[in-house]
Amino acid sequence: MPPSSASAAAPPLAARTGVKTTGLGAALQRWRVALSILALCLLPWVLPSQALAVNVLVFGLFAVGYNLLFGYTGLLSFGHAAFFGGGAYLTGIAIAHFGLGWFPAMLVGVLGAGVLAAIMGALSIRTRGIYFSMVTLALSQLVYYVALQASSWTGGENGLRGFTVSTLNLFGFTVDFLDPVKKYYVLMVFAALALWFVSRLLNSPFGAVIEAIRENETRARACGYDVERTKLIVFIVSGLICGLAGALSALHLAIVPLDTLHYQTSGLVVMMTLLGGAGSFFGPFVGALVFLLIEDVASLWTSHWQLIVGLIFIAFVLFLPKGIWGTLISRRSQG
Amino acid sequence: MDLELILMQLFSGVALGAVLIMAALGLTIIFGMLGIVNFAHGALFMVGAYAGLWVAEQTGNFWWALLLAPLAVGAFGMLIERFLIRPLYKRSVDDPLLLTFGLGYVLVEAVRIVFGTDGVPFATPEALSGVVDLGVGYFPLYRLFVVGLVAVVLLALWFALEKTRFGLIVRAGAKDPLMMRVLGVDISALWLAVFGLGVALTALGGVLAAPMRNVTPEMGTLVLAEAFVVTVIGGMGSLLGAVVAGLVVGVAVSMTALFAPEMATIVMFALMALVLLFRPQGLFGQGARA
Repeated sequence: MPPSSASAAAPPLAARTGVKTTGLGAALQRWRVALSILALCLLPWVLPSQALAVNVLVFGLFAVGYNLLFGYTGLLSFGHAAFFGGGAYLTGIAIAHFGLGWFPAMLVGVLGAGVLAAIMGALSIRTRGIYFSMVTLALSQLVYYVALQASSWTGGENGLRGFTVSTLNLFGFTVDFLDPVKKYYVLMVFAALALWFVSRLLNSPFGAVIEAIRENETRARACGYDVERTKLIVFIVSGLICGLAGALSALHLAIVPLDTLHYQTSGLVVMMTLLGGAGSFFGPFVGALVFLLIEDVASLWTSHWQLIVGLIFIAFVLFLPKGIWGTLISRRSQG
Repeated sequence: MDLELILMQLFSGVALGAVLIMAALGLTIIFGMLGIVNFAHGALFMVGAYAGLWVAEQTGNFWWALLLAPLAVGAFGMLIERFLIRPLYKRSVDDPLLLTFGLGYVLVEAVRIVFGTDGVPFATPEALSGVVDLGVGYFPLYRLFVVGLVAVVLLALWFALEKTRFGLIVRAGAKDPLMMRVLGVDISALWLAVFGLGVALTALGGVLAAPMRNVTPEMGTLVLAEAFVVTVIGGMGSLLGAVVAGLVVGVAVSMTALFAPEMATIVMFALMALVLLFRPQGLFGQGARA
């Protein structure tokens, strides 16, 4: 395995979470899934509103899926709205047009996003470096315009409606899905499973290979790893998780706005991931939480909160490229 | 389907191609010389359109808008390069991209604050309104003017880059910045100038497009995607590539509009996917750039 000594020359975004640090850092690392789930359990009770908690959950998961590709593999995609929106639309369409139950519909959404990611990934991974961002953006805009035109399926500009799920049947129990707290915890179960999966993936030899590709692609290839195939697999897994986030968002909102597919949504997840800390396990959720809190607070006194968010983002790129969590971690491992 | 209609669509396609070339030019020049992708490109296009609108309102003259707006926005672009992008040259290639994305976000919101969120109509200048008889049908004069102006801009650019000493230095600087520094060329000033030029061209595209498109704070989002499609098809950093790709896409879009209007926007992206399958570096691209 490539040693972590390469991190000295690593790009600034690549905030390696020190696996071998002792004390608090090691404990955080070891119990990262349990700690994340604990934090998520507390979220509805510490945030000002339950709606905000669900948003943090959905966008945090979206950012976790995105971070696999951007933070860990070093591929800056600007097209992940296609998977988030694709997962949301397909879930909604499966319920509204085919009368599927909520769970099979979610499966359709997640798998559909995976297929979409396989196609987009296969096309965009052929291109190198900075091209990748442009190609992913343009391909996701293709999905956006297809959804706009296929209005008999997607509702076009008005978004997809008419698939409200009011009760869930879970192993014989009926859950009132209109109760925000119950809804939050049902959705959280899926997010928790995804987090566990991502953590396992990152700890596996495969996880080491994707970080090796980020640190030094040529060297990873020289070591005999199939770089293209690995990138494609990460792209698909990332798409699946973002699709799951989209499916959860569809079930939560009971509407899929067309803007979900727009590249501004891809931009949101890029900003959240970078604010929190790309390439760190907790970073994406921290980023989603901070971003949505800023939006929540700033939109109270100005409708132009995007200006504030944009300026904060620029400041982070210039001065804190490791993000909030990434900076905290590197401070600790230095001292 | 008669021939005249097809010929007219062909003309529309060329006119659309000229607009697309103009939309992609600034992006491709900045990438070709500096190696950075300007994600604020669409927003600067929009700022150019608004600047043109403002100058035209103040002076009551479209020609002043065409001249002053690109100059002013170009100067603004130089400020961006000097204070925001220059600190990032030594970092990963992703950092300028992320920064300009954030900048685009800020610019759109700033324009919303100053000019409001609704679209503003931009009248076609009186001297250029009306239609011309092309023999097969009538064609808007303004679109012909755009095609002509874009051709002039392209020729001037080609001349400046290929035939002058400044162009020689710029091209050498793109190939080997370190060697140029050793030879005593102030590469920072050069990049400042190139970035300013790229942004000025983008703003010119915005002013030119203003009478044909809706001037809204969000008009840049489509332009950014279009410019990406054109540069990816043509090959990043290639002027000739941008010209050929712009024309191909323009004609393809307007021909599709004739037969299947609902597919018109989609065909542009499909064309890009096709090029990526068979020639990932684009039609005139020279493989990957570091």
